Amino acid sequence: MSILGNRVVRTEDPDLLTGAGQYVDDINLANAAHVTFVVSTMAHAHLADIDTSETKSMPGVLGVWTAVDLPFSTYPAPMFMLSQEMPRTYLATDKVRYVGEPIVAIVTDEYYQGQDAAETVIVDYDPLDVVVRPEDAETSDVTIHEAVTDNVVGRLGTGTTADFDGCDVVVEQRLVNQRLAPAPIEGRISAATWEDGRLVQYSSCQGAHPTRDHLATAYGLENDQVRVVVRNVGGSFGAKAGQTGEETILGHLSREVGRPVRWNMARSHDMVGLAHGRGQIQTIKIGGSNDGRITAYQLHVIQDGGAYPGMGAVLPFMTQTMAPGVYDLPNIGVSSVSVATNTTPTTAYRGAGRPEAAAAIERAVDMFAAEIGMDPAEVRRKNFLAKFDEPVTTSVGTIYDVGDYERALDLALEQANYAELRTEQARRREAGDTVQLGIGLGAYVEITAFGGGGEFGTVELQPDGTVLAKTGSSPFGQGHYTSWAMLISDQTGLAMDDIEIFHGDTDVVAEGGTTGGSRSLQIAGSSMQNASVKLVELAKDKAADLLEASVDDIVLDTTEGAFHVAGTPAKSVDWAAIAGASDDVLMGVSDFSADGPTFPFGAHVCVAEVDTDTGMVTIDRMIAVDDAGVILNPLLVAGQVHGGLAQGVAQALLEEFIYDEDGNPLTSNLGDYTIPSTMELPMFERVPMETPTFMNPLGAKGIGESGTIGATPAVQNAVVDAVSHLGVRHIDMPCTPERVWTAIQEAR
Amino acid sequence: MIPAAFDYHRATSAEDAIAQLAEHGDEAKLMAGGHSLVPMMKLRLAVPTVVVDIGRVTELSYIREDGEQIAIGALTTHHMLENSDLLADQCPLLGAVAKVVGDPQVRHRGTLGGTLAHSDPASDLPAAVLALGGTLVAQGPNGTREIAASSFFTGYFESELADDEMLTEIRVPKCPNAGWNYQKFNRRAQDWAIVGVAAVVGDGITGVGLVNMGSVPVLATPVIDALADGASAADAASVAANETEAPADLNASPDYRRHLARVLTERALVASGVA
Repeated sequence: MSILGNRVVRTEDPDLLTGAGQYVDDINLANAAHVTFVVSTMAHAHLADIDTSETKSMPGVLGVWTAVDLPFSTYPAPMFMLSQEMPRTYLATDKVRYVGEPIVAIVTDEYYQGQDAAETVIVDYDPLDVVVRPEDAETSDVTIHEAVTDNVVGRLGTGTTADFDGCDVVVEQRLVNQRLAPAPIEGRISAATWEDGRLVQYSSCQGAHPTRDHLATAYGLENDQVRVVVRNVGGSFGAKAGQTGEETILGHLSREVGRPVRWNMARSHDMVGLAHGRGQIQTIKIGGSNDGRITAYQLHVIQDGGAYPGMGAVLPFMTQTMAPGVYDLPNIGVSSVSVATNTTPTTAYRGAGRPEAAAAIERAVDMFAAEIGMDPAEVRRKNFLAKFDEPVTTSVGTIYDVGDYERALDLALEQANYAELRTEQARRREAGDTVQLGIGLGAYVEITAFGGGGEFGTVELQPDGTVLAKTGSSPFGQGHYTSWAMLISDQTGLAMDDIEIFHGDTDVVAEGGTTGGSRSLQIAGSSMQNASVKLVELAKDKAADLLEASVDDIVLDTTEGAFHVAGTPAKSVDWAAIAGASDDVLMGVSDFSADGPTFPFGAHVCVAEVDTDTGMVTIDRMIAVDDAGVILNPLLVAGQVHGGLAQGVAQALLEEFIYDEDGNPLTSNLGDYTIPSTMELPMFERVPMETPTFMNPLGAKGIGESGTIGATPAVQNAVVDAVSHLGVRHIDMPCTPERVWTAIQEAR
Repeated sequence: MIPAAFDYHRATSAEDAIAQLAEHGDEAKLMAGGHSLVPMMKLRLAVPTVVVDIGRVTELSYIREDGEQIAIGALTTHHMLENSDLLADQCPLLGAVAKVVGDPQVRHRGTLGGTLAHSDPASDLPAAVLALGGTLVAQGPNGTREIAASSFFTGYFESELADDEMLTEIRVPKCPNAGWNYQKFNRRAQDWAIVGVAAVVGDGITGVGLVNMGSVPVLATPVIDALADGASAADAASVAANETEAPADLNASPDYRRHLARVLTERALVASGVA
């Protein structure tokens, strides 16, 4: 029986749980000095003067650097679709543009000395007016980057405008998809040293090779003059995909002081120094007929790019790509503008543009349903794209692979006992109970492994008959080692213990990409399977020699991990024998490449109680149907979905990164920035559904981000649903008690 | 974030700690569980030059009967309050409130004396001690004195304790037959209360304490007076926000806090048996 599809316990966990993992802070670098950054305390100001005269004589200080002391120019230019006129230097030069922007680097013998030395730096700020709200950016008199007076980074759109003529009902609403802080358990951390004239960097990021390329470019070195090592990473959620200025300049500081240097971003710095997610102001307009058919949908997005727009400013492209969601909406228009503000730059946070698309359309559908007085499940059924197993091109030009959206919703509603919930809701409404019940739906489809392509993967037979697999994909919590070993074990018949996986060292693994967009299993996993198949083919040649038979007659018995001639299993050779008989190393090299992305889908149902006297929301149940195609390991899927649901609940109810009107961050610690704990979450109820994709040999679609995509609107819809009979039409996220209570007061 | 440099003194007894305070004055801070002081030091909001660690003065860790009262050593942890059979029998409010402070790690380090001396208006236990009409025992170089809980809290993070005094004991009345309740309103289980209401009614006590409704833990005198005049729970609760100075923060506006104080007070009173 194949190991695939089984609940295999994570092979990564024993090390991680017993402290044997290797995070950057665990890497022993003899005689390492410590780097401390002085960061801006103002959102927008000219730097009149930076006085470090006292700092240089503080105990343990080995050196102090400002922008003028660095040999670097600016960050690599942002993506082609964005304004090229918003450059950024690695330390702030003449201006600071957000609170948390690094200004001064200090290297000290000891970590503590850096904190004391930093207190002696005197930055003379010449304050400037600020733009904090993305809606103000275009028309503000404030110019954040001198060459761009309207603060616009870029515009996108379908070029179409939905036609609302003939609609019985049209609903419009401004929606806030608020800014979030990724807040991984391990903040940003990095260390750099020089060995034999080469820069060696230890990084906590989403891919060693792109980091190497970035550093080589910054330092004017060839790629082979830089080595990047990525071992365990304590979470990222997309925020560690690129490199910050702080970590980029570590190599220079190391060279200057002649010692290795380490840098560990403290939490309060990490909350503003690591990029943020989401940050969209959406305007939706939806129209249709009284019988529940939606005939027009318009979405406009204002995307907050932060002070130095990069990846975050591109998110509207993903939002547009998935704008119609699971619905058949031929009459659609999508437009967006990405702007700069005096805030932390935004980036691709778990889901990256797709949760925003789902939140918009799912709120819109619920508002439309409420307006015509029809059950939101019924409205969804009337508008779903019908089941398809051949590619379908949507109204915005996206080509979905396979889908059965109504089935996903049916499964979720069945698990929820939907009719009974509606009966209970009606009873409480009738009785005027203080605690009202809300049932929220979130039907979604998303895009994973966008761009398709391949990933580096080799499987090498070792002299002792075990294998060593090298992957270009870089895990930060997903479970690559377990998954890859399962795929290799399935193909080779080797035991999991006989399979070693290696990633994250540019000197050892030839190539690698950035882990993101839920691409790993379907792309890098397929590569591993492909490389395993190649290794088996090579091994069959050897087995044919050893068994003195034609290679065409050789079969691999994967239950035994041994080769024999078809029909005569008694005489066989195992992998150790193959290895012993091979002069050269047998190595399977993947040539797998996916033609395009896949489109996981599902439906989430949230059952929430709202205390109408206080506005407090309690989640009773979360039901999730997530169809990610063929499941390799249900345990890993459960882990991914649970985390995603938690982050979805978090956005809907708890988290918001808040700035005051002067651009001061108000939520830069974990007391004020309210990530959820288990106490705020119900037990999750998951219903399996597997519709294979034909885009890769595993039949797998991505599952890493789905949880956030369906759960967020399901929870928000549940909250609004609970109080809709009181006249509430919409409540923005996060649905905090005060916000819910205020909405009830205003409706009454 | 790293605290500024400081000297560390591990006290062997209350007398030793008080001697340190007498020597260093307001430059010194007592540290019990450290869960409030250390974060403030890390943010350099508190910069004591001497930290006197009283965490190992185990003689001040006890819960025992003392006539009609229960005497609790200042270094008794929240975890001990939460699990005390004596409190559960004789003064159940205190253990119930301790149970919802922070998370288990916090409750194993945090102490009753520490939370009272810190005088944080957002802490849970001060409101409970106020509602119970507790008595606080302070020890200084010249001996001990008793301070009523109702006059202990003097300002934002400020108490009646002198620079050279240390809280050594807290006394609360036995009230096994009283109705009681604690309403803690927060968004996450481990958070401070946005508003909290502690109520004790019966056994000769009528006490209501409010959390996070001003610069100090608040004794809800208007509510207590109304109850004394025979008001219903709803009527008494309607004056819960009177004479308070509700703060504004990310979680709540003053108006919303006042509303919560009224709603939660009514719930606490009803749960305490007030009609």
